[in-house]
Formats: sequence, structure tokens, C-alpha cells
Amino acid sequence: MDAAFFRAWITETAAVIGERRDYLTRLDAAIGDADHGANLARGFGAVTGALAGQETPTPGAVLKLTGVTLISTVGGASGPLYGTAFRRAARSLGDETDAGLPALAAALQAALEGVRKLGEASEGDKTMVDALAPAVDALARAVDDGASEAAALDALVAAADAGAEATTDMKALKGRASYLGDRSVGHTDPGAASTALILRALRDVAARHDTVR
Amino acid sequence: MKKLINAPETVVADALAGLAAAHPDLVSVDTANKVVTRAGGAVAGKVGLVSGGGSGHEPLHGGYVGYGMLDAACAGEVFTSPVPGQVHAATKAVSGGAGVLHIIKNYTGDVLNFRMAAEDAADDGIETAEVVVNDDVAVQDSLYTAGRRGVGATVFVEKIAGALAERGAPLGEVARVAREVNERSRSFGVALTSCTVPAAGQPTFDLADDEIELGIGIHGEPGRTRAPLAPAREIVETALDAIAADQPLAGDLLVMVNGMGGTPLMDLYGAFGAVSASIARRGARIARNLVGNYITSLEMQGFSVTVCQLTDELTQLWDAPVQTAGLRWGR
Repeated sequence: MDAAFFRAWITETAAVIGERRDYLTRLDAAIGDADHGANLARGFGAVTGALAGQETPTPGAVLKLTGVTLISTVGGASGPLYGTAFRRAARSLGDETDAGLPALAAALQAALEGVRKLGEASEGDKTMVDALAPAVDALARAVDDGASEAAALDALVAAADAGAEATTDMKALKGRASYLGDRSVGHTDPGAASTALILRALRDVAARHDTVR
Repeated sequence: MKKLINAPETVVADALAGLAAAHPDLVSVDTANKVVTRAGGAVAGKVGLVSGGGSGHEPLHGGYVGYGMLDAACAGEVFTSPVPGQVHAATKAVSGGAGVLHIIKNYTGDVLNFRMAAEDAADDGIETAEVVVNDDVAVQDSLYTAGRRGVGATVFVEKIAGALAERGAPLGEVARVAREVNERSRSFGVALTSCTVPAAGQPTFDLADDEIELGIGIHGEPGRTRAPLAPAREIVETALDAIAADQPLAGDLLVMVNGMGGTPLMDLYGAFGAVSASIARRGARIARNLVGNYITSLEMQGFSVTVCQLTDELTQLWDAPVQTAGLRWGR
């Protein structure tokens, strides 16, 4: 997976977030303040512009520019959290020009650690960690088992989707939804939902690449 | 829902341009960064006060920039905290060499973005301190929430810390007084309607005609419980009971009855009358008060009550001159 692949992932993410903007905002209206879709769409729109205007010769450079741009355009909690996730992943990838599955798994693990530390959130708190953590675990297991790229990314997406879905029954312990107490139960966490969409975009771009190859 | 705007995308920038046009004697606006600073810029030797947060709470925060209060305010998107670059730009703009106090409302996003900016400011050699305002008694302060929300006490903190900074007090002292005001303040909010974020286009939650939402914050987020509509004096009693359960209503108090944006002043004065009578019955005294729209949630109907237990020092600082778009006296 080279820089072009990572640019395609982020571009696909921007398109998907744009399409699902109202869905994410509706989730946020139920237990937050009705801006998650609009904020992420604005942020990834800015990222698309930044990627078009700057040289990003490595996967790490693509993700670093993505993270920096999200931090400077999204606001709220999701700006620093997603921004940090992409920056940590970028740092993990270093100067590699072609990242294999193990490097991707390590990068997503680094992203998860960054989000956990900054957001002080654990699994079960009804946050993006509930989608990201099981996805990272599933990818690591697939890599250990010697799974193909397609199978490994399918496992990543399945775990992220299941993790996001599982937040519906959780009571929020972090972020704005925690103010609702028990009333947060019954609603999917918008951050977990957007995390699942971002990882799905990664899988979809890889699948398309495969058919081209 | 109808709104007097040009487009959802420009609502914040348009409001800032209007603020600058209305008060050129008080503020200037950095339109690129969406930062409101005092006309005249940094005051040498004075601690700078920077606050900010999501837009939609006007006059908070831009309306409190000026003599005796804030040096700068960063305007985020509607109900969305500003980004670190904005806070960093504001901090640099108001740094007069005596350090800068960041006044942050306790929301995860606000705290994260201000702390990232504080690190950037430290790289520039600017010393910062922070006060995190968390006065909302509707939220349990426990391991199981993100902590209490910062609401009405933010106005008190900005006014009182601003007065002390104006006297030339050092950063540590200004931060101490800011934290003391926060610790002595409690708030409770009630909504009669939801509000509509311009970019969302739909009300954030639905309330029936005969229902109210108790324990709301300032972002149109649902509260903790829903109750049938009741006479104002009963709603006020519920709010004051919640506050009194957390901090006794005793001694000299600074009390704000604040409109959420869509409540007639007539109703707010009616509510203040009930607050005044109830506090007298409870054996405390309202020494100072504010009645009006000071920290709002767009066009929401509803109100909040904020109570601060005054000391002689805090009363003197409250009475000190202030000249901003949102608060003006003594000058």
C-alpha cells in the first residue's frame, strides 16, 4: 500500500463522510449536539484540498497532513481525537514508501493508543474507541494468522461495524453524551459510527485496487 | 425552521463582521482566525484573558471582550469548540508579557483544543494558566461522566477575573480568583423548546407542547429528565432545590437569571421575581443580580439560574468598571 493508495483511502473517506453527513448528525442530535456530520465533512473536505495542493510522497506523509488538517479545521472533541489518531499512525509508518499489512496494523494500533490517551476513554465508554479497539485487534489477529489482505481488511471492517453497533446498548461515560446518563442508552455513538465508516473506506479502496491489479 | 441568516456556512463569520461593525471602539475581529480581540491589542504588563467556545451562545464570548473583561474570544462553529490554531492566535495577540489565562468551559472538545493551543503557546515562550468552568449541578460530577458542564458561571468568571487582571494582578492571582468564582458558583437550566443548529436544519430534540426539559446545558442537548410544564414559580423552585442540594444558598449571593435566547424579558423578570422571593425565604440575600440573555442556546426558549456565593473581594471585583458589548457599567 503506497502513498497513492493512502491518498485514495482519505479521498474515499471524504466522499463517504460527505454522503453520510446527515446520518452522523442525526446520531449526534440524539445524544450530543447535532454537529458531528457537519464538522467531519468540513474537516475531510479541507483534507481533500490539502492533499491536492501538497506533495505527500509516503503513506506517513499522507496521514500526517490528514491529521494536521483535521486538528486545524474540525474543532470539538473529534478534531483533536481524529487528528491525533492520524498523526500517530503517520509517525508509526515513518518514511516507509510501501506499507504492508503488519505496518498498517501497527499504525492503527498507534492511532488507538493516541485516542485512548488523549480522550481518556476505555472500551465500553460509548466512544470511537469501541469501534477502533476491536477493529485493531481483529486486524492484528488476521496478520498473525497469515490472512490475505482482503480477508484481513474484511475482519477489520466487520469488527469495527460490530463495535459501533454495540455502542447502541451502552451508557455513555465519556464526552457530551455522558451528560445524559441512562438516556444515552439506545442510541449508536456517532464517533464509533464515523470510525466504522473510515475503516470501511479503507477496505473498499483496497478491494477496488485489487480488481485493478 | 426559519432563521435570519444568509447561509448556514457563513453564520459565524457574518455575526463576527457585525460585531466588529457595531463596536469598533471596543473590538477588532481577525476574520481569518475568527478571533475577537480588544481594540488596541495587547496591554503591556497585563495578564491576557482568552476564552472561546462554540458559537450560538451570544453575547458569550465575543460580547465580553473589552475593558475589564476578556482580551480575546475565539469563535468556533455553532456549538463546536474552536480549533487550536484559533486559540493559539488569540493567545499570541493578547500576550502583554505577563502571561495569558485560558477560560475554558468544561466540554471534552473545548478542553482538548485549548490544551493543544497552550502547548503551542509554550513553544513561543508564552506562559498560560487555565481555569475550567464546571458549574452545572444537573450533571453528576463522577467518574461516570465527562464532569460537570461549564455554563452560566463562565460570565461571572470572565467578569471577575477580568477586573483583577485590569488591576495588574499577576497570572497566578488571576487564575486563583477565576477558580474561586467557579468553585463558589452553581447553575441549573431548563428548556421549554429545543433549538436548531443552522447546519442541521432540524431541532436537536423534540419536546411536546406540555413538556419541559430539566437540567439542560447550552448546546440544545437533551437534559437529564423531562417533566410536565408547570407555573414559573414551581420551575424556579426545582432549579433552586437542585442548586441548594449541592451548595447551600446562604449569605450574600450574585444571582443571574439568564435567557436561553428565545425567552421574553417579561418572563425572565417573572422568573427572577420567583427566584428573589424563594432565596429570601431560604434566608440568603441577593446582593447583586443580572437578568437577561447572557449565555444563550440560539433561539431556545428557557432559562438558567446561576448563583455565586460572594466574598467582599468578589463583590468589589464584580462592581469594578467593565466596558464590553454585553456588559457595561462604571465607565
